[in-house]
Amino acid sequence: MTDDARARIDSTVNGNDVVLFMKGTPLFPQCGFSSRAVAILEHLGVEYASVDVLQDQGIRQGIKEYSDWPTIPQLYVKGEFVGGSDIMMEMYESGELGQLLQDQGVTTAH
Amino acid sequence: MPMAAEEIETMIRAAIPDAHVEITDLAGDGDHYAARVVSESFRGLSRVQQQRRIYDALGGRMGGVLHALQLTTACPQ
Repeated sequence: MTDDARARIDSTVNGNDVVLFMKGTPLFPQCGFSSRAVAILEHLGVEYASVDVLQDQGIRQGIKEYSDWPTIPQLYVKGEFVGGSDIMMEMYESGELGQLLQDQGVTTAH
Repeated sequence: MPMAAEEIETMIRAAIPDAHVEITDLAGDGDHYAARVVSESFRGLSRVQQQRRIYDALGGRMGGVLHALQLTTACPQ
């Protein structure tokens, strides 16, 4: 990963309470897994920043090293890597994701 | 070249011998799979750590030749 990519990832992850690195945008996800991740965050009614990795090869490769996680999407809450879309779904269904956001002081609509 | 379901299962079981592995070919196209892996060795690990063990077992194929794998991990009840 380039120093530039690391610096930009750091600043995004630490500058936003909730960040989703995804393929495409929340309105136009370019992959089923990213689409599912967006749907979960929308259901929780949480404000989040999103990064379209398809627009930036440096971040697309860099984020996988950054988290030691080989796939996208990736969710970060308060600077911590939470997981990919399967983990998000499991945590959403069990109520853990809503709880995590609440514990971290992130406002949700539900 | 996509991976066959048997190949995915074999690689997971090679790395986690006690694993119970169920693979579902979601689209019937040999390219979109769901895997459920149950292993006692996951006990005490976070979900991220459990899934990392599967990704390690697949030796870097995840996110490469293996694009679409829905993954669920669990400990035996």
